[in-house]
Amino acid sequence: MSEITVPSPPARRTAPAPTRGSVSAAARAFGLAALLLLPLAGDEYWIKSVALPTLIFGLAALGLNLVVGVAGQISMGQAAFMAVGAFIGAIAYGRYGLPLPFAILAAGFASAAIGIVIGLPSRSIRGLYLMVSTLAAQFIVLWLLQRVPWFGAASHGILSIPKLALGPVAFNTPHARYLLTLAVVVPLTLFAANLVRSRIGRAWIGIREREIAAEVLGVPAFRYKLMAFAAAGFYAGVAGALVTFAWTGAATVEEFRLELSVKLLGMIIIGGLGSVLGSYLGAAFIVLVPIAISIALHAAAGLLGWSAVNAGTLANAEHLVFGLLIIAFLIAEPKGLAPLLLRGLDAVRNIIRPSFRRAGAGPQGEKE
Amino acid sequence: MSGDLVYGTELAITGLLIGVMYSMVALGFVLIFKASAVFNFAQGAMTLFGALTVVGLSPLVGLPLALAAALVAMAVLAVAVERWVLRPLIGRSALTVFMATVGVAYALEGLAQLIWGNQPRGLKLDIPQAPLQLGGVYVSPPDLIGAAIAGVCVMLLVLFFQRTKLGLGLRAMADDPIAAQAMGVRVGRMWAVAWMLAGAVAIVAGVLWGSRIGVHFGMTQITLKALPILIIGGVDSIPGAIVAGLLVGAGEALGEGFLGPFVGGGVQEIVAYLGALLILTFRHQGLLGEKTIDRI
Repeated sequence: MSEITVPSPPARRTAPAPTRGSVSAAARAFGLAALLLLPLAGDEYWIKSVALPTLIFGLAALGLNLVVGVAGQISMGQAAFMAVGAFIGAIAYGRYGLPLPFAILAAGFASAAIGIVIGLPSRSIRGLYLMVSTLAAQFIVLWLLQRVPWFGAASHGILSIPKLALGPVAFNTPHARYLLTLAVVVPLTLFAANLVRSRIGRAWIGIREREIAAEVLGVPAFRYKLMAFAAAGFYAGVAGALVTFAWTGAATVEEFRLELSVKLLGMIIIGGLGSVLGSYLGAAFIVLVPIAISIALHAAAGLLGWSAVNAGTLANAEHLVFGLLIIAFLIAEPKGLAPLLLRGLDAVRNIIRPSFRRAGAGPQGEKE
Repeated sequence: MSGDLVYGTELAITGLLIGVMYSMVALGFVLIFKASAVFNFAQGAMTLFGALTVVGLSPLVGLPLALAAALVAMAVLAVAVERWVLRPLIGRSALTVFMATVGVAYALEGLAQLIWGNQPRGLKLDIPQAPLQLGGVYVSPPDLIGAAIAGVCVMLLVLFFQRTKLGLGLRAMADDPIAAQAMGVRVGRMWAVAWMLAGAVAIVAGVLWGSRIGVHFGMTQITLKALPILIIGGVDSIPGAIVAGLLVGAGEALGEGFLGPFVGGGVQEIVAYLGALLILTFRHQGLLGEKTIDRI
């Protein structure tokens, strides 16, 4: 499959680099920082139901994108990795009193370890068979979380955590929790962006494009595939810990059912397979769709004089739209929102400063 | 000891009869996989959609007409999926097409419940419910009748595949799509036919299943049972789907009955997946599937 273009390093170094640089990296960093801090100006609802889930699910989607979009494997168990992270994080912080950063790291590494185990079948099977084995992992991991007493989930599948604090700093407002999430998400995202461009990332892309050719060129495919699963697990684990710490305040099994795994896949398809930016765009999209549907349905109900829209109708409409969106993106925009957005930004820039027009070197310019 | 034996036999029989239902759903998967090499995640949603249509319409027009209407709905769905989902995705990776069927599954679930509502509905088929006693073992009549109907369906499918021109076309497609195309088999039409058959199987499975446990959203979860069953039996084998469905049904009932009390229940949730993992590790073409050799 050659649907994903990750810019190959030589091309980056030659053509577009100088013009890109002149849009001052500082200005772009400033713009991004402003965008990330924007939710702090909003109220609690805005942070809790849009900003936090976008960042947290975006992080998990980013991990999934490493294994699916970049390395070309398939995983339907990303939500189970998140669940492992949520519980290990809660146990490390609540039961063993680890400081918050170490609890989050522990969650990540525990999930990474599980990721390696789940990745083992990728040695001999691929494609849809691998999908079923990761699906199996999804069910078995959640089953174990609920049944093994050590996890403390008991029959309700819920493990709550004590008050969140790091030394003297208490994270007791949504704003503080948002900052905590940012502090975790931003470095990990930068790391992933660099990872994709590193030797490891190129090996992953090689495996995705043609595994046998990659092996012939000296890439130990199985080892790199395990690394991809470990990375996916790590990101999911950290995201799961963030769900517990920054968002819901308790580790629950229910949060991480298969539905979430499917949604994460939907996020990277809609956002853009193999794209770091796309992972967050997709997450934002999937987070916003239900809100938009809810607003639209309520408005329609108001106009047409229906009685209140019930939750079931909302959920059904959401499913319908989610399904149609996935199909539409797969058919019409297989590269997802990320290139669409970059194209849009380029167009805007061209209107403002025509001198920046680049001679067909935009991300969409390179035809395959 | 003999008490355990009777208990075990009853569990096994119950499990086997449930396994028949699993087989029916897995069969729908196999039909589509054989014709188009697509893993159809929407099979469970089709089961729900079919069952809801039958349940929703039968009080208005009677059961036979409701069944006919559901069949028509499935045919429309099959043609629509072929035209607007599969055809635009020709030549794309198997994963892409699979994700598209995930999209179909979500859309169909949402649509079915928007039309018919979220309430679980009962489905009465006028089958006596009192358990029969056969040689000291209790068996429930609806399960027996369900198994019989499923058996008839399988026979009809086999006849269809072996004796009709369409069946021949489907087998040709399964064997070698390009050669089949070269001989004048119309690929799109065959896909639509395969989806229609899968839809018909979904209706039968949905109605039988619904008469046992009611028709509700939980039905889509059967997909998630059928996927591992498919792997256990072999993705391209109709007998494999049936054997694996029966094995998993029995394994679930026995596992829950004998192991459940020790591990806190819920064994039936993972039996199928443990089986699938075993198969994937040791014999990944499945019990009865054809071993494929990858060409480099």
